Order: sequence, then C-alpha cells, then structure tokens
Amino acid sequence: MPILEGKELRIVGFLCNWCSYGGADTAGVGRFKQPTDLRVIKVPCSGRIDPLFIVKTLMSGADGVLVSGCHPRDCHYTEGNFYARRRLEMLKRFLPIMGIDAKRFEYTWVSASEGQRWQEVVTKFTEQIHELGPAPKIAGADAEETLKLMEAAL
Amino acid sequence: MKIGVFICHCGTNIEGTVDTAAVAEASREFPGVVFATDTMYACSEPGQDGIIEAIKEHRLDGVVVASCTPRMHEPTFRRTLERAGLNRYLFEMANIREHVSWVGKDREANTNKASDLVRMAAAKLLKNRPLFSKQFPVNKSVMVVGGGVAGIQAALDCANGGLKVVLVEKETTIGGKMAKLDKTFPTVDCSSCVLGPLMVDVAQHPNITLHAYSEIKEVNGYVGNFEIQIKKKASYVNWDLCTGCGLCIEKCPSRKATDFFNEKLATTKAINIPFPQAIPKKAKIDPEFCMKIQKDKCGVCAKVCPSEAIDFTQQDEIITENVGAVVAATGYDLFDWTVYGEYGGGKYPDVITSLQYERMLSASGPSEGHIKRPSDGKEPKNVVFIQCVGSRDKSVGRPYCSGFCCMYTAKQSILTKDHLPDSQSHVFYMDIRSPGKMYDEFTRRAMEEYGANYIRGRVSMIYPKGDKLVVRGADTLMGAQVEIDADLVVLAVGVESSVGATDLAKKLRISYDNYGFYMEGHPKLKPVETNTAGVYLAGACQGPKDIPASVAQGSAAASKVLGLFSQDMLASDPQVSVVDIKRCIGCGKCIQTCPFGAIKEIDFRGMKKAEVIETICQGCGICTATCPQGAVQLQHFTDNQILAEVNAVCRF
Repeated sequence: MPILEGKELRIVGFLCNWCSYGGADTAGVGRFKQPTDLRVIKVPCSGRIDPLFIVKTLMSGADGVLVSGCHPRDCHYTEGNFYARRRLEMLKRFLPIMGIDAKRFEYTWVSASEGQRWQEVVTKFTEQIHELGPAPKIAGADAEETLKLMEAAL
Repeated sequence: MKIGVFICHCGTNIEGTVDTAAVAEASREFPGVVFATDTMYACSEPGQDGIIEAIKEHRLDGVVVASCTPRMHEPTFRRTLERAGLNRYLFEMANIREHVSWVGKDREANTNKASDLVRMAAAKLLKNRPLFSKQFPVNKSVMVVGGGVAGIQAALDCANGGLKVVLVEKETTIGGKMAKLDKTFPTVDCSSCVLGPLMVDVAQHPNITLHAYSEIKEVNGYVGNFEIQIKKKASYVNWDLCTGCGLCIEKCPSRKATDFFNEKLATTKAINIPFPQAIPKKAKIDPEFCMKIQKDKCGVCAKVCPSEAIDFTQQDEIITENVGAVVAATGYDLFDWTVYGEYGGGKYPDVITSLQYERMLSASGPSEGHIKRPSDGKEPKNVVFIQCVGSRDKSVGRPYCSGFCCMYTAKQSILTKDHLPDSQSHVFYMDIRSPGKMYDEFTRRAMEEYGANYIRGRVSMIYPKGDKLVVRGADTLMGAQVEIDADLVVLAVGVESSVGATDLAKKLRISYDNYGFYMEGHPKLKPVETNTAGVYLAGACQGPKDIPASVAQGSAAASKVLGLFSQDMLASDPQVSVVDIKRCIGCGKCIQTCPFGAIKEIDFRGMKKAEVIETICQGCGICTATCPQGAVQLQHFTDNQILAEVNAVCRF
C-alpha cells in the first residue's frame, strides 16, 4: 500500500531500544493519540546511528527523520547518546550543504517513562513536516547517481 | 528465505482499529513472504502452536509476528521458533499495538501503517542470519563494594550460600551509617545491638575476605570473570599484627584529629579506632595530626605497641581480586546543609544535623548519651526539628524526597522526650511521609504520646537572641506566623549519593541518574540488576532507602548473584559486534569509542587490526557507527539490516 495520498507524509524515526522505544511504548499504553505518519526503526542505542542512515533515508524520499535516544547521562551504554549528540549536531549543519532542509531532521531525548513527552514530540515534528510539505524529489538520472554514491559510502 | 507473517488481533486491542485481515493480505505481496495469516492471540498456546504448525507445513525459514511491543513478547516468540527447530534470531516483530492501534483511531491509516511496519520487519528478516551464543565458565566469587548494612547483608547471604565473598569498605570499619545511629525506627531498638552481631559474623565468616580502608581502583573483565584492582590505603599500622588493644590510642598525645565517626562533634587522637565495636578493630594513624609523620617527633605509639604493629613508612598497596559478580552498595551521604543561609549556613553552633544529634543521643557518642548544646554544654529545653533540609527542594537541586527523614525526626523527637522529660520538641514539616509497616502509627505516637508539636510549614529564618535561637516560620494550617525560642535546632538533612559514587559507576560501567544514584535495570522488574551483566545494586546507592529496604535489597542482590552462579557455564548474547578483518584498517577508532573496553588491538600478519571480545561486548553498536570502513558490524543490527528497513519504508 502506498502512503495515504494527501493525508500522510513519510517520516522515519530511529529510536533507541532502551529509552525512546520504551517511551513510545509508554505513549501507546497510555493511549496518547499521535499522527500516523511516523514509522519506527528500532536500534540498540542512539550511538548506533550512522549519520549516513539519515542522509540515506532523506535521499530515498523520506519527508522527515526523527531520532530519539536516552537523555544525556541516562544512556544504557553509559555514553552512546553523547556520541549520537555530537554526530547528529554535525549532521544537522551539513544537511543544507547537501540541499536538504535541516528542518526535516530533528533529534531529541525521551525516556522510557515519558509517554506524554513522546506524544508531544511526534505531534510537533509531524506538524513541522506537514508545514514543510513533501520533500522535493531528486530528479531523473541525478537521483540514481546520488543513491549509488550513498550505497557506496555505506 | 521463506517468511511467514502472523498478524495478531490481540482481542480487540489491535483488531479494533486495524484491519488485520487486510494487513495479512497485503503482506503476501512482500518480498520473501510465502505465508501470511491473522490470528486471535499469537502469544497464547494455540497461537504459538499455529506458528509452529505453519513453520512445518510451509517449510518457513523465518517468521514475522505483528503484535505488541518486542519488549513484551519477543522472548516468547523466539522460544516458539526454537521449538519449531528454527534459530531464534530468524524472527522479527512488528509493533502494531503500542505504536499503531493504541495511538491512532483512523482505521485506514492504521491498517496502512501496520502493513508498512510488517514490510519493514520482513525486509530486515531477509538479511537476518542465525546467531549462536557461546558458553564460558564463571568464577563463583563475588565482590561487595561498601560495608554498610546493605553490603553486609548481601555479603553474608552470598557467603552463607557458599560463595567466596570479597567485601571492600573505604572506611576503617564496616557498619556504614547505621553504625552511627543510636536507635532505629519504628521499633526504637538499639542500632548497634542489631548491627553488631552481623558485623561480627562478617569478621568471622570463613567465606568472607574483608578489605577495610580500601577502594576500587580499576575494574576489568566481564560477568563471570571480573578482575578488580583494590587500593589498600596506608593506615601506618600493620593490621596483620595489630590486636586492637588500644594502648597506642591511650598514650597518643595528639588529641586534635577530626572525629569523623562522631560527625565532627568531638576530636580524637591521631591514632584511633572509630568506635569500640569496629570491625576490623584495628588502629589507623591520621597522618595530618601525627607528629611523628609531620615533624618526625614523638613516636610514642610505636614504643608502647606490644605487637610492634606501627609502621610509619607504610604505603598504599594495590591488590588484585578475581570475582564473577559485583554488588555495589556504596550507600549515601548527607546533603551539605550549610548552603541554607536562612538556617545560619553553619554559623550557629546550636544548629546541628540529624546525624550529629544521633551521635549525641548515642551512649557511645562524644557526650555519652547526654543531650548537650554544643555551644555551652547546657541541656536544651526547646528542641526544634526542621524537615526537608536538602529534600524536595528544587532551589538546591534536590527535588526528590529523601524518604526516611520524616521517620527519623519522629524517632529523635521521641528520644528527646525520653532523655529530657521536661523538654518540648517542635517539628516543622512539609508533609509526613511514613508509608512503611508500623510507620504511620509511629509518627502518630510521637505527636500524641510524646507530645511533639508538629507545625506544617517552612522555616524562613533562624537568628540568635541571647543564648537562644529564634526560629521563625509559617504555620500554613493555622495561617499564622510562628516564632519559637529554641535551645537546639536539629536539621533533618536529606540524602544524596555518596562521594565518589559516580567514579565507581564509571569503573563498573553502570549508569547513574542526574543525582548520582545508580540506575536499576528496570524500575519495576529489575530493581537490583544494572545494565551491566554481573553487577548488582544494594541499598541507598540506588536511591534513598531506610534500613529494612536496604537489607531487603541486600538479600535480593545476593539472590541474584546466587542465581547467576547456579550455572557452571554462562551463555553469551550473540548480538555483538564482529570485525571483518579484511576491511579493518587498524585505525583504532572503535577501540577509543567503545564504552566497555570490549575491543582490543591485535596483530594480524604484521598488521594492526581490531578484535571484539565477545563476552565484554554489550551490543550497543557505537563501534559500528564509528568505523569509517564499515568493518565492525553489530550482528542483528548491521548497516544492511537497518538500511533494508529504510528501503522498505521509502520505496521509490
């Protein structure tokens, strides 16, 4: 099934297993209503996220990418989210250079108990992406070339 | 790979807002999927049997279950796969309950999203490989760090369970904070009469090795095989020879050393034993006040010691212990109340802390159990207690409740009346929090039977008037300002994590919260485990706890250790990183970033390469995201697996 035309945009979330994935679960248990656009990919730690994943996702046509991990100092692996923070902050500055609107990418911290916060984060980010509208597609031959380069880089 | 997909109804939990039959229908078109069905309760016995049947009938190689969160039933379904003869890692779960049906009402959008999640799971599953855990032997001995009541309980329970125990204590004696208390709530029984025998048991237990006046220097290794370096601090007394006779203390001419055991209420000798029941009962020289060490004069202790135990040249010593598990029981420290300017900020001698008052009440304390004002030694008439000093106060960075201050204040007000029948206690409180067994009755007794005057409100300031202190505060129940002429003010000081706790946490690789308290594995279901395998928690290092809770947690930690050691071999989690030796360029970035020290440099045909030590790797994947070559891959979460999910959701 394609995404629901006119209703949804394509948003990918990378969530750490210990805090944010749990937080998203807590939001579910609490029946905190959220927009349906987001598709979650679980990773063990936000430190596992290679910034190229995000670039690849955006280049492949996602309209937005949301990364969420444990609050700084709460990391299950002691310091994974510090690595994540440094890498993602750098990435955020590079995105415009690659022709991607930096507003299409956000990273945040949500703990396993913060269901309400997760609801707010998802709702706000989805609204932000809807305001930006669908991401401009890389045209024609260029697209294939770029994606090939991406594959090679990873 | 032939994939089977099972879409769970979860009763109406999922089916209510997701058309599961349509999701199953859509799933049949996904790459690799040869079988898809919806099922009422996938986790139930018939549900699991259905999966096993389908695996056999359709000769499936992998299974996707779309149901609740993997945090709930992933282990359940992995076992199901094993029962059907498949590898447990050829399984993926799509979370269509917590992430779909419970958070969205739009049936069409939910159905669409659920299909997407199944597609992603199936795409990842196509890249999954069977993984197998390895077996490794365990060293069945345990180290307990911290000799307070929680650590003592954990050590004794482990030792009684037949384990070799190494107990490490930073002070010269075990006993911790409990040893400083006079009486304990709510029974008002003598603290040292309860704790003393336990301390003696520790000293006499054949399975316990006690390292007092020692600290953890370095922790290496992993669950089952830790190698821990301990720094034995120089006490300037050879403890193998010292008999604790006390002759040296009697003859020592320096009386100026700070008496930390008596909370600085008194001074002690430069060579001292903290209290009569100390375990081990060995003397220690405080070098700051020892004239022999400072000025090379005196040396009387060495002359009088009958066993020639004094050694002024003693140095710190490093010893190594090998254990299979660690119990952290580092306890707490009191909040430094002098930041409270309105309470005098440490200027008025008659404003003391609860623990100082406890020493004053104790028969073995500096005033031998007599309540005396520190300023002039007179007996106080009006004693004011102020609660929540460094608890529930955002302005000093301690927003949490320290838990037991309400109770010890009630106890101290009762003891005050016992010691001085003519006295009157006044307690300023915010709330009374006394939820334990017999606790509320106890605080009531303090008010009703012992006549303590409880005033709900904060104290705005304390100032001296003559030889008294005026405590001015609000009575929020009466809606009035109150002023009390106090002879003695006792601050119910809150609890914070012990000094150096975060350093130890880093060495043990366990996480801690904003306040330095250690994080448990799960707030409800894993209260004594940590996120590092083989490291357990006991007592107030995890958060403020009273004695019963600390003892209970000490026993709980011991039971976890005994459970761990009930196996001769441990199985490792195969979701670890592996290095592709051909791609590795030996840059060492993974070694630098690994928070667990799980990657080492090896020499491979004269070239530098990285190698993952499987038993230490915790599977975070930081190395994988760091490696510029893509040579380190975290199994089960490889780049290809994550990108397969990305591709499944972004289809162009």
